[in-house]
Amino acid sequence: MSALSVVSRRRFLQLTGLAASGLVLGAVAPRNLALAGILDEAQGSQLNLFVSVATDGTVEIIAHRSEMGTGIRTSLPQVVADEMEADWQRVKVIQAHADARYGSQNTDGSRSVRDFYQVMRQMGAAARTLLEQAAAAVWEVPVEECTAREHAVHHSGGKSLGFGELAAKAADQPLPELETLRLKDPADFRYIGKDVPIVDLQDMTTGNTTYGIDVHVPGMLYASIERTPWLQGRIASYDSSAALEVSGVLDVVELKAVDGAPGFNPIEGVAVIATNNYSALKGRAALKVRWRKSDHSSHNADAYLDQLVARVEGGAGEVRRQRGDVDSALANAATLLEATYRTPYLAHASMEPPVATARVTDEGCEIWACTQTPQATQQAVADTLELDPSAVTVHVTLLGGGFGRKSKPDFSVEAARLASHVGKPVQVVWSREDDIRHDYFHSCSAQHFKAALDEAGTVTAWLGREASPPIAATFDTSVRRNGAGGLSQSFASVPFAVPNLRMESHEAPAHVRIGWLRAVYNVPFAFGVGSFVDELAHAAGRDPAEFWLQLIGEDRLLDFSAEGFEYSNYGRSLAEYPFATARTKGVIRELVASIPWGEELPEGQGWGLSVANSFLSDVAVASKVEVRDGRLRVLELHGVIDAGRVINPDRVHAQMEGGMIFGLSLALNGEITFDGGEAQQSNFHDYPIARMDQVPGVIRSHIIKSDAAPTGVGEPPTPPTAPAIANAVFAATGKRIRELPLGKHFNV
Amino acid sequence: MKLTINGKQTEIDAEPDMPLLWALRDLLGLRGTKYGCGKGLCGACTVHLDGQPRRSCQLTVADAAKGKVTTIEGLSADGSHPLQQAWREFNVPQCGYCQSGQLMSASALLANNSSPSDEEINSAMAGNLCRCGTYPRIRTAIKSTFTDAAAIAQAVTREDTV
Repeated sequence: MSALSVVSRRRFLQLTGLAASGLVLGAVAPRNLALAGILDEAQGSQLNLFVSVATDGTVEIIAHRSEMGTGIRTSLPQVVADEMEADWQRVKVIQAHADARYGSQNTDGSRSVRDFYQVMRQMGAAARTLLEQAAAAVWEVPVEECTAREHAVHHSGGKSLGFGELAAKAADQPLPELETLRLKDPADFRYIGKDVPIVDLQDMTTGNTTYGIDVHVPGMLYASIERTPWLQGRIASYDSSAALEVSGVLDVVELKAVDGAPGFNPIEGVAVIATNNYSALKGRAALKVRWRKSDHSSHNADAYLDQLVARVEGGAGEVRRQRGDVDSALANAATLLEATYRTPYLAHASMEPPVATARVTDEGCEIWACTQTPQATQQAVADTLELDPSAVTVHVTLLGGGFGRKSKPDFSVEAARLASHVGKPVQVVWSREDDIRHDYFHSCSAQHFKAALDEAGTVTAWLGREASPPIAATFDTSVRRNGAGGLSQSFASVPFAVPNLRMESHEAPAHVRIGWLRAVYNVPFAFGVGSFVDELAHAAGRDPAEFWLQLIGEDRLLDFSAEGFEYSNYGRSLAEYPFATARTKGVIRELVASIPWGEELPEGQGWGLSVANSFLSDVAVASKVEVRDGRLRVLELHGVIDAGRVINPDRVHAQMEGGMIFGLSLALNGEITFDGGEAQQSNFHDYPIARMDQVPGVIRSHIIKSDAAPTGVGEPPTPPTAPAIANAVFAATGKRIRELPLGKHFNV
Repeated sequence: MKLTINGKQTEIDAEPDMPLLWALRDLLGLRGTKYGCGKGLCGACTVHLDGQPRRSCQLTVADAAKGKVTTIEGLSADGSHPLQQAWREFNVPQCGYCQSGQLMSASALLANNSSPSDEEINSAMAGNLCRCGTYPRIRTAIKSTFTDAAAIAQAVTREDTV
């Protein structure tokens, strides 16, 4: 059955806002691609991508995923262009509006290439076939004698016609069956696997790009919102008289919260609407608001983490994965080791804060937003305005960073409600303080591990207990424990060949909005696991790299089903994407071979490494640090990734560099605390992110060459970085730091 | 109030204490200069005032009126400033949001010191945050404007795929 269908020009116009001429086609997306453990509202479905060829030869390729810095707006079109033999210089990338027919547009979970590589190849191949068929019809020759190459179709007899000349005719050709599509031999790839510069490069270096904050709609007003400082707070009273006297302030509007779970709903607040940002901010500073307390207005992060630590150290939790008899193996240990780790809440702090612009008319609502999830935005705005989703158009701008924060459409809902209220277009701009204080925070965690070593230093038992507030609680407040999806992120999914093994989880009720941040639960769990393996290696008197390889054991494909664990495999089947220990060991071996691992170092310096499998990819990271007079400096970072086939190596290297630096940032600096329910940090002075002078002079990235199906790239470099640095600190100083950030113990 | 921006005289109707950042963006439509923190902590809003790097969120229009302002839109007419070219050669941007500020800080640095040391680069650029972590490539791009090709190759962060 063909998954391809011709789409009318009118439809194309509706979907993109652009007129298209000539050939337009679409393909069906793989179904049911939701990432388990990360809530995902979309469940696959219809059309996902469109190619058009204009009569002047311009090929327009739709980017249906959001660009937040990974290069996806370039990489997926690159695949289409390659398969259809288009000349990249004549390709124009068009950003798609929200439309469920694309399948999921929710750009998170490191899955854009994984989920759409094959579909994009089919899209390109189908377009090529239609153009070849068109040429065959013009020349009245068999299609087998026609070959598309470099933006034209060539006949074996020497004639050729350009794509533009064939565009109109190609649109009338019968669509090829999906099964009969001929995909290119990878040896003939022109763009796949090549360093194609990102399509926005010129604009990004000249200040000519449009992010969410750069949208300007005629007659637009600006809003700044004072929000309740604690979860589920409500307005007790407010006085807007001084605010209304500020020049440029036009209105002060209450934004009432919806009762129930936080979800994607706006936080209750008072909005100041003005003719410019400065007036809005000034007016807001003049507001006087009193807030009603809630069940969460006494939340204290330190006390809460102490409670979680007491829970994981205090006894058994709910068993989530079990193999062998851990208790008797622990009782018979030659050496018994135990340790507890704690990791803090984090904020996303993308350089561009959340910003959305809304215009509400009798016909419906238009939204312009830096959103990772246009369809959830469309649905949430439709819900709040009581419109059909088809009456809500979502324009996706570039994102000045996302990291998971901009998967939540709350800021677009705020803009829609305010625009509807004042009857003019409104742009809601979150200040940096709003962004940090009112984030969907990255979960904190407490983890306790126990392990038994025999006389030879081999691990005979591994026990892990965790307590971390679940993301699911943001959507269902009755959820008090991390789910299988969360535990599949480097905690219960450890690939260890240990005969006795058990993982347990404890309750950790949420007192703040928990969200997902780059690499999600892999961040805390890879820190706990990666640190504890290093502790075991040192206790056994073994080289940590060798110890990791032995702990992972022989080459095999992992399957956790016999051990009671519902491993998510990031929403894909193990048959399709096996969890292969050879791949995990491969990145460790390559890492060690690429650095002077084991070298003699001056006092105060040390190397550390760690590894994590996440988003179906494997990444190993090594760090060299120096600790002198209480000052910790990271001197080098090296990472090796196996992500299967790579579309754009330069962008994968960029994600490796950036992902490791993101990991370094949270390892050294990252911590959000709460007191009285209020976030205690508000801007970059008290929630610092890595600066250039914290970033090592040597950062190296290696990509394992592979023909395997593509897997995640955006998130996997981050999880192994913090444990690699903490392990290097131990090698340098003999001091084991079991909490993040390391800046609590050293001057960083 | 009269301002000189990118070589052009322009008049705005604003309170004198309005930060230049919002005047540029909201009143003049020059949106290449970005908001990041509003406190002079991140560098996203960096512009030049008489050639010196200034955080436009901390500079009132009254003070900006006393000198000549250059924004990313005026760094070159066509994106041909050597640093803009270097940024493209080394594919520096990821999300790109902070890069206007990075370019303005780097161009002010090089205007004052044509071959800064690593320490001087770190020091001049430490106030420009990048959440994507493009710092290694920013360093490389800056250095490429005054060091030879071999040294740049050494500095490039990527390794050949294995």
